[in-house]
Amino acid sequence: MSMAKAIKPPLYDRHVSLGAKMVEFAGFVMPVQYSGIIDEHVTVRENAGIFDLSHMGEFYVSGKGVPSALDKLVSNNVGKLGIGKALYTPICTPQGGIVDDILVYRDEDETFMLVVNASNVEKDYGWVVSHLPKSLKVEDKSLQTALIAIQGPQSEAIMAEAVAEDLSELRYYQFEYSVIDDIPVRVSRTGYTGEDGFEVYVDAASAGAVWDALFDLTAGIGGVPVGLGARDTLRLEMKYCLYGNDIDEGTSPLEAGIGWTVKFDKGDFIGKDALGEQKKDGVKRKLAGFVMVDAGIPRHDYAIIDADEKSIGRVTSGSYSPSLRENIGLGYLDLPYDDVGTEILVDVRKKPRLARVVETPFLKLIGGR
Amino acid sequence: MNPEELNYSETHEWIKIDGKVATLGLTDHAQSELGDIVYLELPGVGAEVTAGSEFGVVESVKAASDLYAPLSGKVVAVNDAATQDPALVNRDCYGEGWLVKVELKDPSEVENLKTAAEYKEFIGA
Repeated sequence: MSMAKAIKPPLYDRHVSLGAKMVEFAGFVMPVQYSGIIDEHVTVRENAGIFDLSHMGEFYVSGKGVPSALDKLVSNNVGKLGIGKALYTPICTPQGGIVDDILVYRDEDETFMLVVNASNVEKDYGWVVSHLPKSLKVEDKSLQTALIAIQGPQSEAIMAEAVAEDLSELRYYQFEYSVIDDIPVRVSRTGYTGEDGFEVYVDAASAGAVWDALFDLTAGIGGVPVGLGARDTLRLEMKYCLYGNDIDEGTSPLEAGIGWTVKFDKGDFIGKDALGEQKKDGVKRKLAGFVMVDAGIPRHDYAIIDADEKSIGRVTSGSYSPSLRENIGLGYLDLPYDDVGTEILVDVRKKPRLARVVETPFLKLIGGR
Repeated sequence: MNPEELNYSETHEWIKIDGKVATLGLTDHAQSELGDIVYLELPGVGAEVTAGSEFGVVESVKAASDLYAPLSGKVVAVNDAATQDPALVNRDCYGEGWLVKVELKDPSEVENLKTAAEYKEFIGA
């Protein structure tokens, strides 16, 4: 996206006061870290963290026949989604590539909210509008919507103080409407960390008061604000795909290991034929996780080779893992190099370094939801 | 913040001259910009380094950056404590977190380095 000027999210001044290091991301100036990526990461795993995700995009889709129209647009099953529930799904190209990976919320029978990646807002809006019937209403509310996440084992305790409702009954991928400081919010039990957690959608104009209330509760039990840096390491340990890194229009959900989001037993949808062929023939490569045996940190786009120096894939994401204290990565590997236990070589600055394919997620969360 | 008695490079190394030997480390500005340092790749003792050329790599959680030699010479000591615990560079960049010691080939190169005041101006602090 070529943005002349990066947008400051509604909570920008609060991040600066908290001493955040701000970076430009997808056209927004966002906090990449506050106290430090490792501290923020570990605090989310052990306690709780608060995130500003206001850069994410939100579209509202409504009108007669929306569920079946959305079912033609995305690969997961929207028709089966109950009111008050959310769904993770890719939007695919006719070739089976991934336009974006999104969340679909069913607000009412024929009203849905789509949450899209910040880097894809313009592209997705064009795609959604051009592929849905003209009779439906599609509104881009991205800039009017702020998103604050509370993630970590203590997040229910924090949210219980913030809202009147009993959240112990709110299950994973369910949401409900509530108020925080008299401000209407949508509270969703979702996240991108692998921990229990909530995502709170609020009108951008009222985001400050909601952030302040949630921030005080989080800080009160030893939680910390968390930037995009730790958000990335947290999701990587769970092998949650990052659009633009691990998935894009050149990769398919079957290759990426999110085949469970492709429902061949529902009606027609964009990409179904191509994905059906892929499933029948079997994919040639798969997104696999690996741990470095030699020193060195795998980074996006590093080449992966075998012992005979044959190219067998590329790194899509890689980092030091603060939880495992090892260097981990994801990459598409030609079959059968994706088999767990296979030794591969990652070209780190022109030096091949040994790594081993492992089971994912890298982190096995005890008491996971 | 940047000790007065040290010299500095535009590539954010500090240099402490002691006779013919220079101790090198990363400046506070550099370690702060990098964030949590989790990996250091340093040359071995005996390796030759050349002013302006890469001599190692420092990696934070987010990114990898090259280290540039501010002076030419032969590596005579490497801080193994820092390679084993790279966070030492975050905690004490001007002390325990030093990187290597180099026996200078051409002591006149020292004249190209910045003073603490010049470095401060350079980083806009």
